[in-house]
Amino acid sequence: MSQENSPAQALLLLEDGTLFRGKAYGKTGTTAGEICFNTGMTGYQEVFTDPSYTGQMLIMNTCYIGNYGVNEADVESDSVKIRGLICKNITKRYSRMVATGSLEDYLSANNIVAIQDVDTRSLVQHIRQKGAMNCIISSEISDIDTLKAELAKVPPMEGLELSSQISTTAPYYYGDKDAALKISVLDLGVKKNILQCLAERGTYLKVFPAKTPAQELLDFQPDGIFISNGPGDPASMPYAIATVKELLAANKPFFGICLGHQLLASAMGIPTFKMQHGHRGLNHPVKNLITGRSEITTQNHGFGIEPEATRNHPDIEITHLNLNDQSIEGIRIKNKPAFSVQYHPESTPGPFDSRYLFDDFIAMIRQHQ
Amino acid sequence: MPLDTSIKSVLIIGSGPIVIGQACEFDYSGSQAARSLREEGIKVTLINSNPATIMTDKLVADNVYLLPLTPESIERILEEVQIDAVLPTMGGQTALNLSKEVEELGIWEKFNVRLIGVDIKAIDKAEDRDLFREWMIEMGIPVAPARVANSLLEGKEIAQEIGIPLVIRPSFTLGGSGGGFVKSKDELEAALNAGLNASPIHEVLVEKAVLGWKEFELELLRDSADNVVIICTVENFDPMGIHTGDSITVAPAMTLSDTAFQLMRNTAIDMMRSLGNFAGGCNVQFALNPETEEIIAIEINPRVSRSSALASKATGYPIAKIAAKLAVGYNLDELQNQITQTTSAYFEPALDYVIVKMPRWNFDKFKGADDTLGLQMKSVGEVMAIGRSFPEALQKACQSLENNATGLTSISRSKMRPEELMEYLKRPTWDRIFRLKEALEAGISIKTLRELTHIDRWFLYQIQDIIKVEQQLKAIGNLNDIQPEFMLECKKMGFSDEQIATVLKDCTPEQVYDYRKANGVTRIYKMVDTCSAEFAAVTPYFYSTFEGKSEKV
Repeated sequence: MSQENSPAQALLLLEDGTLFRGKAYGKTGTTAGEICFNTGMTGYQEVFTDPSYTGQMLIMNTCYIGNYGVNEADVESDSVKIRGLICKNITKRYSRMVATGSLEDYLSANNIVAIQDVDTRSLVQHIRQKGAMNCIISSEISDIDTLKAELAKVPPMEGLELSSQISTTAPYYYGDKDAALKISVLDLGVKKNILQCLAERGTYLKVFPAKTPAQELLDFQPDGIFISNGPGDPASMPYAIATVKELLAANKPFFGICLGHQLLASAMGIPTFKMQHGHRGLNHPVKNLITGRSEITTQNHGFGIEPEATRNHPDIEITHLNLNDQSIEGIRIKNKPAFSVQYHPESTPGPFDSRYLFDDFIAMIRQHQ
Repeated sequence: MPLDTSIKSVLIIGSGPIVIGQACEFDYSGSQAARSLREEGIKVTLINSNPATIMTDKLVADNVYLLPLTPESIERILEEVQIDAVLPTMGGQTALNLSKEVEELGIWEKFNVRLIGVDIKAIDKAEDRDLFREWMIEMGIPVAPARVANSLLEGKEIAQEIGIPLVIRPSFTLGGSGGGFVKSKDELEAALNAGLNASPIHEVLVEKAVLGWKEFELELLRDSADNVVIICTVENFDPMGIHTGDSITVAPAMTLSDTAFQLMRNTAIDMMRSLGNFAGGCNVQFALNPETEEIIAIEINPRVSRSSALASKATGYPIAKIAAKLAVGYNLDELQNQITQTTSAYFEPALDYVIVKMPRWNFDKFKGADDTLGLQMKSVGEVMAIGRSFPEALQKACQSLENNATGLTSISRSKMRPEELMEYLKRPTWDRIFRLKEALEAGISIKTLRELTHIDRWFLYQIQDIIKVEQQLKAIGNLNDIQPEFMLECKKMGFSDEQIATVLKDCTPEQVYDYRKANGVTRIYKMVDTCSAEFAAVTPYFYSTFEGKSEKV
């Protein structure tokens, strides 16, 4: 980085007109989407490949990413899902003996446009105060008006249906086919480790595309039903809400995570809403109201379920509460074997505190048999 | 569980005189604990033999006793003041040992005083190397292979079986004295003899040395409902083999994948939950094999330790203050984050900056002392620096050492030839970081330096980046030829004005300052807020850096 050949400049423009400057990284180009931030200090590769981040422009709050390179095993899906990346420092030279490559090559191979050397702390504070909004980053356009025009073409996250674009296109199986239990999984953008957490507990999974009719999931004659995490606005997914309603009517043990939680609530008539800036990180405190124990959780969501309607619903019991903002983190349907959580018990990245929920699901299935 | 209202008056024991390994950290934790308990309406009585402390200020406690730290003093206090409970975890090993002595004499029982925030049995289990090993093996947690020897012959047999390199740790000696490494066969006999002679019971532990493994430290809090959180993860720049107190340390961990980190987190939580019954702070150390990422447990300290103070400052999370509240009955999920005052104290701090702690040695005042760093702590203090990059924090730390270092660059140069430097770097010394920089400048490869020191490549790359900027600065030569963007780059890499002036021709620090002011390359201030700006902070503290804009409370 001598005076003459410093790296190319890149710009970050927010929907409200705020401009941040930084340096180009990854692929040269322009990319836009809704901005969000993640406060986790480890696990960048797992985060970037998490399908729930589809369409998101992601700020990593931590000072450094890329230090330990990338590893083929540390992925949550087969490609990078974030739309753009905003960082303070992305290290060029990594150090990890078991790494299989550098983050820079990985981002380039996945066509990700990134910007670094941004005052991410000011940016995060801005988002915290003003709320989530669309943004554009570019390492090729330096004219602000052109950027503004490009940014105006990007649809808002609210009302966006993304699951069907990233879900599997055909059903597939996961786990040991001789396992004692069978589970039908509705893939709305499922993280690999969720499937792993279920399979390693003695289940055989059939994973279905997002728009599969409920009857097909039931035709597998599953012992339990699982509705996955995923990106986008749950309110824009009437097809999935209808599927969940039908599945609930079948009275099979039912577990939902994140988007799956929002869809369970929606199927029960609870409205969802767009949060001011969401919860994304590995340190969110949640209290289990049934056991009284607390857990540190991995979170990644920009929508939530309406608290008042949930509290007043005669058939819903609130099981988990966020200790920071008292938002609803888990529910149980009183007259059905169905429960869901807003956070990510499979973690990766993040703490293993909530893995017991998978055990609870298996116990529920066994009890129901 | 909420506040235990049967506790109305608490005795806090200080750590006594300042010695190597036990310094003002315990004054910091003791004062925090005293304030924390008084917030709850609890009367605080303090005993310390060291008057040069904040905790003995009349404003900190209700009663202050400047007395020798002896059972007699404790008895006198208990006769004069109604004490319901004693909190012995804030005054380091000194306070714990005194509490144990008083316990054995039956004095606590006589005056109906409860020990809070501690489980004496847990302390014994954690501190006795044999008990610790047995307990780890029982839990299925890997530890370095080791066996106890009571004679030279036995020691040699064990050495044969385990293989070199080895650590020889004499039993029942203070601060690691008499211990040492055996890196080749001909060092074995001398090391065994030294260890056996140093031990009052003629006993040593012959342990496999995991030299070159990376060292990590986790600071945890646990409440009486068994909720556990990791407050801070610290990575040692210096690999295994150098006392943590003598290591340059970094937070958050710089080279740790989530897979490796979660393994440590899970192991630390399992250890803590199986360790007796107490509510408070705890510290766990691990070594990680960089080739396989397997870990072994090194030690656990079930009390507020030297590193808790560092972790508190590094994250903004007041460990001693919260540990004191846990000791009087609260659970973590009932308490508030003291910095945001709106969110929960039950969470794990997220950092958006880099912390570098650097020890400060005073070998020039200890003429004839061996300046090789190893199992025994030799530094007399430490500095902590904060930056938005590792080079910035590292150079700020160098600048704060109060020696002649103006950054990583301009400390007295050794003028050693490359071969001499390579020889020198084999032995860890206080000035290793400066000599590493010289070695890189002399063209010695990262690969060679890694083999010599086992320091992770990532840190060596960072030093190389600092050198690159310095060389560019030198090539430019004159202050007036520097573009403001490059000046900003230098400041982001932690270069001080004095350092820049030294590298340039005919330039003073004042001129660099004036240049910066005229060109808008000025210092701004950012918060340490425990949460990476996710929530608004009410009582944060600030550090300076060079990017964007300053923030206000």
